[in-house]
Amino acid sequence: MLTLKQSRRLQSVVVGTLSWAVALLIFFPIFWMILTSFKTEMDAIATPPQLFFAPTLENYLHINERSDYFSFAWNSVLISFSATVLSMLIAVPAAYSMAFHESRHTKRTLLWMLSTKMLPPVGVLMPIYLLCKSMGLLDSRIALIVIYTLINLPIVVWMVYTYFKDIPVDILEAARLDGATTFQEIGRVLLPIARGGLASTMLLSLILCWNEAFWSLNLTSSAAAPLTALVASYSSPEGLFWAKLSAVSTLACAPILIFGWISQKQLVRGLSFGAVK
Amino acid sequence: MNSSALDTVAGTPAAAPRAKPRTLKPGWFLVSPSVALLLLWMIVPLGMTVYFSLIRYNLLSPGENEFVGLENFEFFVTDPGFMPGALHTLTLVGSVLAISVIFGVLISALLEACEFWGRGIVRVLLISPFFIMPTVSALLWKNLIFHPVSGILAAIWRFFGAQPVDWLAHHPLMSIIFIVSWQWLPFAILILMTAMQSLDQDQKEAARLDGAGPIAIFWHLTLPHLARPIAVVVMIETIFLLSVFAEIFTTTSGGPGYESTNLAYLIYNQALLQFDVGMASAGGLIAVLIANIAAIILVRMIGKNLTDQQ
Repeated sequence: MLTLKQSRRLQSVVVGTLSWAVALLIFFPIFWMILTSFKTEMDAIATPPQLFFAPTLENYLHINERSDYFSFAWNSVLISFSATVLSMLIAVPAAYSMAFHESRHTKRTLLWMLSTKMLPPVGVLMPIYLLCKSMGLLDSRIALIVIYTLINLPIVVWMVYTYFKDIPVDILEAARLDGATTFQEIGRVLLPIARGGLASTMLLSLILCWNEAFWSLNLTSSAAAPLTALVASYSSPEGLFWAKLSAVSTLACAPILIFGWISQKQLVRGLSFGAVK
Repeated sequence: MNSSALDTVAGTPAAAPRAKPRTLKPGWFLVSPSVALLLLWMIVPLGMTVYFSLIRYNLLSPGENEFVGLENFEFFVTDPGFMPGALHTLTLVGSVLAISVIFGVLISALLEACEFWGRGIVRVLLISPFFIMPTVSALLWKNLIFHPVSGILAAIWRFFGAQPVDWLAHHPLMSIIFIVSWQWLPFAILILMTAMQSLDQDQKEAARLDGAGPIAIFWHLTLPHLARPIAVVVMIETIFLLSVFAEIFTTTSGGPGYESTNLAYLIYNQALLQFDVGMASAGGLIAVLIANIAAIILVRMIGKNLTDQQ
């Protein structure tokens, strides 16, 4: 008979082993991509696939060779950050008023915002494409910035709203009694308290913008194309560039992966529209 | 940084609250930019789509934009790609939902069962695929895993003496379901794991003392607790899965034939490859209709729940 302590330990070993096995299996493709990025093109397509090889940095050193990696990366950075800042500027006042000055329309407004996310992008592909074309905005960063701002706005409003909801109204009332105007109330009292929540909201928005791949593939070709489009350009079978593709992909995903790891807990709230905290 | 952002807002004349700000609620003019923009974003393009869907409009033959009634819809629905496209859309959404919910519950239950060595790292590894951009994960699977010559699966098949399979050519839809599940299962794990952490441990302990086994506890305590988070996972994944695009675009281009075409890809095909604006718009409206049916059902189910809890 096992003692209670022994059986607890046994359980921990079994659960741990199983969990590690599942985790390694799910993570394997990413691991393999990173590994391939350090291979030569010859090693990358070797059969059978090689786990041990002489690693090389050549793919990273010549990352700009096949395509102008840095211009794509710069587009990604510029578009994601601009769209994130813009959507925060629009969303914070809205979330403030819905969280602290609730009216009978508030709930309906929130749900309606959520429902705009249900509009599939293909439903408006044609008009957006033609509008961009007629305004000379095809392959421009501005078009993507505006679109990303709008598609993320509902999520950003919801996420900021749930963070604001957690702040006791009394604190704001106190500021108000001391004669603060609405904007002082938001700027001096509310935003400093909600700093953490706002930061994770921005992180989520950055992640979503960075990885967006419907509009970037359809509306850009080269000048304004972000990393998602650069990676997609490797899909044409004009030669075997797997090691280079892996290096480009690894660099494209690394920052977001790290953001995601850091903020996993907070992201849950935004991704679940505040339903899971 | 946030306060500077606010200063610019406060600086605009329209935003400065002049008369007693307390008598007039600041509510509507703070919410209105968001509402106005989203309304514009919905109504203008959607209105244009409706208009385009009713006229003959091909970018290759400009100038003859006559009104054709529902002809575009008729053509789209009778297009040889429509039935497969609609069917594949539903199959894709259904399968990925089933996979991510079932495995999501099992895996997060496993992780939360007890403390073990390296749990933090396991958690991080498990949720990672969710943060990989869709074009990367599609090409990664296509070239490094599914490739019939140098892919990992081919190597495993050969190791067991079997003939390697060209997955994307012979089982295109299944392969895409696999890739998309790989991206969305981590999302389910992320949400469900966090939800499980908020489960009352005392309750579990009490049940254990009353002689409930781990399976009974899972079935009667954990699962009911997960009802809401599961609903959330279903709702959000449905929104994104209905318009899976990049994964198909970069791996199979919808083929062979229509075997891996979904509605999103079919419409893209009509629009930007055949330049048939009218028909693409009709298709777009049908996609909107399908999404809305799903949305109405889902919001009825859980939307109310979402706001009630706040």
